[in-house]
Amino acid sequence: MAYTEEELKKELETKEYEYGFYTDIESDTFPKGLNEEVVIALSKKKEEPEWMTEWRLEAFRIWKSMEEPDWANVHYEKPDFQDISYYSAPNKKPKYNSLDEVDPELLDTFKRLGISLDEQKKLAGVAVDIVMDSVSVATTFKKTLAEKGIIFCSISEAIKEHPELVRKHLGTVVPQQDNFYAALNSAVFSDGSFCYIPKGVRCPMELSTYFRINQAGTGQFERTLVVADEGSYVSYLEGCTAPSRDENQLHAAVVELKAMDDAEIKYSTVQNWYPGDKEGKGGVFNFVTKRGLCETNAKISWTQVETGSAVTWKYPSCVLKGNNSVGEFYSIAVTNNYQQADTGTKMIHLGKNTKSTIISKGISAGKSQNSYRGLVQIQPRAENARNFSQCDSLLMGNSCGAHTFPYIEAKNKSAQIEHEATTSKIGEDQIFYCNQRGIDTEKAIALIVNGFSKEVLNKLPMEFAVEAQKLLEISLEGSVG
Amino acid sequence: MDLKEKLVSSFMVFENRVDIDHPVHDIRSEAIKQFEEKGFPSKKEEAWKYTSLKSLQKHDFSLFPKEVGALEYKDVKKYFLHEIDTYKIVFVDGVYSSFLSETTHDGVDVCLLSAALSKEKYAHIIERYFNKTAAASDSMTNLNTAFSKEGAYIYIPKGKMPLKPIEIVHFSTGTEAALMVQPRNLIIADENAELQIIERHQSLTKNPVFTNAVTEIFAEKDARVDFYKVQNDHKEASLVDNTYISQQTNSRVSVHTFSFGGNITRNNLNYYQHGEHIDSTLKGITILGDKQHVDHHTLVHHQHPNCESHQDYKGIFGDKSTGVFNGKIIVDKIAQKTNAFQQNNNVLISDKATINAKPQLEIFADDVKCSHGCTIGQLDENALFYMRSRGIGKKEAQALLMYAFSNNVMESVRIPALKLRINRLIAEKLGVDLGFDL
Repeated sequence: MAYTEEELKKELETKEYEYGFYTDIESDTFPKGLNEEVVIALSKKKEEPEWMTEWRLEAFRIWKSMEEPDWANVHYEKPDFQDISYYSAPNKKPKYNSLDEVDPELLDTFKRLGISLDEQKKLAGVAVDIVMDSVSVATTFKKTLAEKGIIFCSISEAIKEHPELVRKHLGTVVPQQDNFYAALNSAVFSDGSFCYIPKGVRCPMELSTYFRINQAGTGQFERTLVVADEGSYVSYLEGCTAPSRDENQLHAAVVELKAMDDAEIKYSTVQNWYPGDKEGKGGVFNFVTKRGLCETNAKISWTQVETGSAVTWKYPSCVLKGNNSVGEFYSIAVTNNYQQADTGTKMIHLGKNTKSTIISKGISAGKSQNSYRGLVQIQPRAENARNFSQCDSLLMGNSCGAHTFPYIEAKNKSAQIEHEATTSKIGEDQIFYCNQRGIDTEKAIALIVNGFSKEVLNKLPMEFAVEAQKLLEISLEGSVG
Repeated sequence: MDLKEKLVSSFMVFENRVDIDHPVHDIRSEAIKQFEEKGFPSKKEEAWKYTSLKSLQKHDFSLFPKEVGALEYKDVKKYFLHEIDTYKIVFVDGVYSSFLSETTHDGVDVCLLSAALSKEKYAHIIERYFNKTAAASDSMTNLNTAFSKEGAYIYIPKGKMPLKPIEIVHFSTGTEAALMVQPRNLIIADENAELQIIERHQSLTKNPVFTNAVTEIFAEKDARVDFYKVQNDHKEASLVDNTYISQQTNSRVSVHTFSFGGNITRNNLNYYQHGEHIDSTLKGITILGDKQHVDHHTLVHHQHPNCESHQDYKGIFGDKSTGVFNGKIIVDKIAQKTNAFQQNNNVLISDKATINAKPQLEIFADDVKCSHGCTIGQLDENALFYMRSRGIGKKEAQALLMYAFSNNVMESVRIPALKLRINRLIAEKLGVDLGFDL
């Protein structure tokens, strides 16, 4: 029997979030609310030095004087910051030497997520720094990395063991006063990853962190700092899934990348947090500040696949400070049901001969809203700056929306900027063509969407590309008639 | 006293000069209330992010000129499209000049808004159209509405077409140290009517002038309207031009804006489509030097299926000039099969010039073709070299390339005499004499 549109639709609507489960691990959780005491307590709990506590308090004071921004093209109920617990850590926290020592329940969680640590260890050659509710509990491949002099650990560990590096770089790309959520994050960040690649070292493997939001009612405030010293190279992967929950969860992360002279950083993200159910109830709020700074001849490349979250609000940016530096941004944002995404990038050209490329693909289905918002700015001294931007939107059904808000500011006559944007739908003739050759509608859509997003998918590291393709299919199944 | 206070307090003076029992006066009173509440737009508003009116507010503009300068036709002939015969509606310092004008009531009405407001026979048209498409939320529009009294009134009945194009020209003579004028135009093309309008603001001395104009255009079923705006004013003349266009089924409206002069120029061009098979065209050429600032702010709102819109704006920016382009296309859920295109190309020819562009799409329908393209670049070095190796001077070669660059916009100008005039203005602005007309 033929698979009809209605059936497809029904199946999609009833499809529960595949990764929606909840691991029961006793947690050590702070009472709800935020004030100076909480910040101090949090800092103490993490055994941080005094300068760090001061830094957090400064951020907290800045945050208190700021107002929550509302310029994005998204609508949501503003989170009550006093109703959030700012610290939650799995309470058994032994220092593991091998995987066998890890809480078996936790290991099971990762298995269900498809991240088998040992398997990844052997097959993919990926070192995984797992962040489970804010505190790192397992780090693999540390030895191999240590031999090369690469530091890859949780940020709290880095604060303790490499204070000089953290102090030198933390907050230099995203300062505390940068924006409302960055200030909040600076005050209360619980954990995150720190990565330092020494001069001239090419990191032999993809560094990867899997985030999971686990404890009910805990906001996740991750802080990531990646420093690539002169002439080094690193590829960093970040991927996330979260259990389904009715209450909105807040995620305000800050990611700082620093590429010194001749260094290259490749930062890839697959984001698949709980998007809420089909009525738009629940889901994660994802308000992230991501920014990279390029020194001379450096290169930073952001690749992101955004399929989850009820509200996404993020702009991975590049500050092209050094001459001849390069910034890239490749993005696929998929929204379905009542999801809202306002995402894009900022390319700030300061140095001479700087280049930037922006490829953004937005796919909206159901009743979702998908916006691209980007800024390309050529400063007066950026001679011969070059930018190419392309943002394409694909609409499925007439209850969703696609929006583009590109800002282009040129202050140098030698700048060359190209920007183009298109909006279209999947052609009936394309689907008919596939049907005619025995490919059912669902597969045909997956095929066409994959083709549409290919330019971006190609930029992902191998393991991620496969996962991302699957995610696209799951997110969009049956959303076209 | 700042300009806002001055404007609000002089509303009472203004009331002495108009018929306050006329229904339009209720609209004025409401508008001044709105303006009083919101004041002049500031850079904090997204729509005014790149354009500030602050520098204008420090002048002590006179709102009601005591005396009106006298002009001889021969002195201002060059500002008219004198090569061809046209109807003319001419205002000097905001006051109608019957001496310079040529109006008509022969089958079509080409006359004054003040006349249309005072005569009983126009009452139903005023009631039906006046202030019906102007945005009630826009502060500058409200300011104009509050002081709306004079301007062009053009009504073309069913199936009619005026014999010749209509010129609307505003002169300021500089009898006042600083002058603010607020012309209000109402233009209606009834079913299957057609008309062409050329509009120009011209100050004749170096005294500061601030013009805040509102034009409402209604194109009924099958109507065709071509509107040409020539902006080549003095360095001290600033203009906020708000144009609102309401289109019905099968109508076609085009607006061409040629911005070569002025101090701060802000063009708000808004199209609202109220039927199917509508065609909207927005085109512009901007060539700036000095510290000039031109901001094109366009909106095309597609509210019905099967419509089209075409936007094409070209800009060339020299010296310390600033160009802004903010184009917005909204496609409603029901507006399926919409074709909306937007193109914005810019050339920077000086290190101190700035371009800020924000092409924006908001799309809620799936079966549409919408695109925008925006580029910023330089003249092609190879093409320049090719021409120079064949003995064409650098300046001339650059000018030729710039002509070619802006030619897409010129192509759709339907009045040959105007096309020639614009070409000459471009040559003048670029400082070249090619020895022939393009």
